[in-house]
Amino acid sequence: MINKNKEVTVIIGGGHAAGTLLTALLQKKYPHKVVMVSEELHPPYQRPPLSKNYLAGEVDKASLYLKPPSIYEKAGQELQLGVRVEKINRDDKSLILSDQSTLKYDQLVLATGSHVRRLNVRGSDLKGIHYLHGIEDTDALRRELVPGKRLVIVGGGYIGLEVAASATKQGVKVTVLEAAERLMQRVTGPEISEFLYAKHTSAGVDVRLGAAVIGFESDDQGCVNGVTLADGGKVSADIVLVSIGVIPETALAENAGLLCDDGVVVDEFTRTDDPDILAIGDCTRHHNLFFDKRQRLESVANAVEQARTAAATLMSEEKPYDSPPWFWSNQYDVRLQMVGLSQNHDQRVLRGSILDKEFAVFYLCLGHVIAVDAVNFPVAFMVGKQLVKLRKSVSAEVLSNPNIELKSLI
Amino acid sequence: MGKIIFIEHDSTEHVTQFDEGATLMQIAVDNAVPGIDGDCGGECACGTCHMIVSDEWFEKTGKVGDAEEQMLSMTPERARTSRLGCQVQTTKAMDGMTVQLPEFQM
Repeated sequence: MINKNKEVTVIIGGGHAAGTLLTALLQKKYPHKVVMVSEELHPPYQRPPLSKNYLAGEVDKASLYLKPPSIYEKAGQELQLGVRVEKINRDDKSLILSDQSTLKYDQLVLATGSHVRRLNVRGSDLKGIHYLHGIEDTDALRRELVPGKRLVIVGGGYIGLEVAASATKQGVKVTVLEAAERLMQRVTGPEISEFLYAKHTSAGVDVRLGAAVIGFESDDQGCVNGVTLADGGKVSADIVLVSIGVIPETALAENAGLLCDDGVVVDEFTRTDDPDILAIGDCTRHHNLFFDKRQRLESVANAVEQARTAAATLMSEEKPYDSPPWFWSNQYDVRLQMVGLSQNHDQRVLRGSILDKEFAVFYLCLGHVIAVDAVNFPVAFMVGKQLVKLRKSVSAEVLSNPNIELKSLI
Repeated sequence: MGKIIFIEHDSTEHVTQFDEGATLMQIAVDNAVPGIDGDCGGECACGTCHMIVSDEWFEKTGKVGDAEEQMLSMTPERARTSRLGCQVQTTKAMDGMTVQLPEFQM
């Protein structure tokens, strides 16, 4: 893709994918000018701590930044922060920005990420109802997390449960309302869901499953003070966090006529259907060679892998994205590490002890390991990464046998 | 303030300044040292900040934790003085330390 006439590469978005791309281009000594345009006021930063140790006040803002801001400047990379891209003009390869200026591009990378899914029910615009996406959201939530206050979390996924753990540690009374029949149903099997349920319950969290929210109640100041459930039940609240997932941010791409399908469609080299436009991270539906199908993934690992792939593509190295996805979460003393996608499994194998809080669930499909969820069992995660990548066929008897070392399976 | 020298697998040296308290991973990442990914941001979840500390400095880096040991045990280039950079908090005593980077991260 390198062409002497091509001068400016613009990255739209300033999240984990954009930040990793900046670094990868810097490390590869990319010869062209790079401009990142981001609506956020911060340089690229880590989002995972926003629901964990940053929320708990254990780390400061500067430590969230992927890089000290000076490094971009030194490398000649320009960060335009607090600026929104209003429109992509593919005809003359230019962008219209929120400050009314125009920015020409030769290569464009969409790293627009996602936005939170809103809950649209009665009272959903009341004061005291929070969403968590950026640093400011966490700052606003943290200010309200005072010991003794009642926090109701709508959604028992990664973010909801991580916030539940952080808030509980801070002495906040937490209720988690999950509409499905078990926690983290979309991403894990019942063993992990049940383990997390027990963990949160024993920490004092009131976890309610099958609890669909149909409205919010208000005090006379217009602040939320309760949640109404579909079964007629009510839960009192001082603060509400809605964490029910994200929606890929595809508006710019769609308006520009790029192929989208619940995500900007890209190939294994992160290329869209416009040869001058790449897309990376949460906003994409990518062709993953590992699964040999189009996939949308919301995770740091996907963002960084796609960013590195895009850097290679921009350098004409063409390294396809072919690694299995992985995820992690920390809640209380639980270190959860996951690799692969377990949805299509036909068999689950448990290794280790749930009681001792050190176990792993191996998910098999037609005898092959397709995913592993490890709880306080890093070696199972690391071995799992290899087993999944190599599509190893291992029997349930072997996987569950404590006398056979996991390492010997590689 | 002190310095840590990171040596890439191809022998490229990166002399970095550090303030004590920062982790080895953070110092490498802040200086864009190639070969250290630190994808999880220092939560000991990904194993992509594997480093090999020089023999004479290893003692000064403290104890290898249990989770770290499990992660390292599956790292192909594991050496006796391997550490995950995110688990090593720097101290004054590490001023001048040299750290070798592996060819690949997990």
